[in-house]
Amino acid sequence: MIRLENVNKAFGDLKVLNDISITFESGKTNLIIGQSGSGKTVLLKSIIGLHDVDNGAIYYNDRNFTELNHKGKKEIRKEMGMVFQGGALFDSLNVKENVKFPLDMFSTMSEKEKNKRVEFCLDRVNIKNANHLFPAEISGGMQKRVAIARAIALNPKYLFCDEPNSGLDPVTAIVIDNLIQEITKEFNMTTIINTHDMNSVMEIGEKILFISKGYKAWEGNKDQIFNTKNQALNDFVFASDLFKNIKKST
Amino acid sequence: MNLFEHVGKFSRFLLLVLSKPEKGKIFFSQIVREIHKLGINSIGIVVIISLFMGAVITLQTAYNMLNPLLPDYLVGYTTRESMLLEFSSTIVGLILAGKVGSNIASEIGSMRVTEQIDALEIMGINSANHLILPKIVAAIFINPFLYVLSVFVGILGGLAAGYLTSTVAVSEFIYGIQYGFIPYYITYSLIKTAVFAFIITAVPSYYGYYVKGGALEVGKASTKAVVNSSILILLANVILTQILLK
Repeated sequence: MIRLENVNKAFGDLKVLNDISITFESGKTNLIIGQSGSGKTVLLKSIIGLHDVDNGAIYYNDRNFTELNHKGKKEIRKEMGMVFQGGALFDSLNVKENVKFPLDMFSTMSEKEKNKRVEFCLDRVNIKNANHLFPAEISGGMQKRVAIARAIALNPKYLFCDEPNSGLDPVTAIVIDNLIQEITKEFNMTTIINTHDMNSVMEIGEKILFISKGYKAWEGNKDQIFNTKNQALNDFVFASDLFKNIKKST
Repeated sequence: MNLFEHVGKFSRFLLLVLSKPEKGKIFFSQIVREIHKLGINSIGIVVIISLFMGAVITLQTAYNMLNPLLPDYLVGYTTRESMLLEFSSTIVGLILAGKVGSNIASEIGSMRVTEQIDALEIMGINSANHLILPKIVAAIFINPFLYVLSVFVGILGGLAAGYLTSTVAVSEFIYGIQYGFIPYYITYSLIKTAVFAFIITAVPSYYGYYVKGGALEVGKASTKAVVNSSILILLANVILTQILLK
């Protein structure tokens, strides 16, 4: 479980996050949605500690991440897995080495155990016969799946995904979304996904935080989002004719 | 950003880089890989440039020694001194600043813009230390070998040029390269080479590590890295020469 209490963040005079408070539960896919520039990436980066918040608190279970020193944060970071927008696979390492990297750095496993774990993680994301390929040699969808495999290699308690299906075709995007949801439930992780893809919202939005202009504008789930009275959210969700027609027909 | 801000930021950056590596075994394997990438892969360019520079120094010296009172062995002596004192350390340093420096800045910069550095940070790894310290250690280790190679090949090039153009007899040239030899000059040049190796790796890494933006900014950072590391090499050359040869 990750809890945010009155999180604020500004860059100079520009206030990007204003008093954001919310609890992200474990075993659920928690989505942060909002328009480009609304502050959702800054929020995600603040949660994982790539940005220091100006004030407010971020709790990982009962541990106040914002008050921890470098060593304490490092310990929590070992419990995190992150899937970046572009995959962020290491160019100089092949698929197997990428997934094995966190194990090499932090586990005390034997080489045999590490290889077995890598095999399990790659199998879990349906990657086969690609161990020797480098990131530049595989498709965007495969890169995302390898990134997920790398993120779960150390059995993280917390999984973060920054726009995991951007740049993917709709079919692959759904596959990635479902994969993240399955893994979240299987390992009872607290998963936070940053997205502005409405298909993802409808597919895996078990808990949704909508951010508008740096403020928490709405909180709910995929079933509630269709009937919301929140104007900003309506403008965001029903921006396309497709969704406008779906709403009309329902 | 002004000079003082850069100095402060660079100092903080070095504190991050020069900390204890996460895992010794991985650190060692990275050093081996960097030695190959930064050192072994540079042997070709060092050999080619040294060979031709040695030849040119020999020919220019020979063609400019018009006074018959000057002995022929001075050609060999001049070639050795030029290679030993300046060319193989400073000029090769400048060449490597271009080749290795741009490579490092673009590699680290690309890792920054594609969030690979963020990925390391999220894992709880000191990314600056993990990515950059092996490069610095590898360069400081391998560049002195490149220096020695450059001196050897340069003198060989001079000998070949002298022989092939009949400007200086082989025996005179060999006598010249042994004449008035001061072993301390090698120590002096090796110290310079080690300092230049640090500059060649640390400065481009700094520019790459703090890149913001995309491919265009990576290119700009690469250019800045080469220009500034070259200037720093020249500055360090003056300072070290004054300190070590006074």
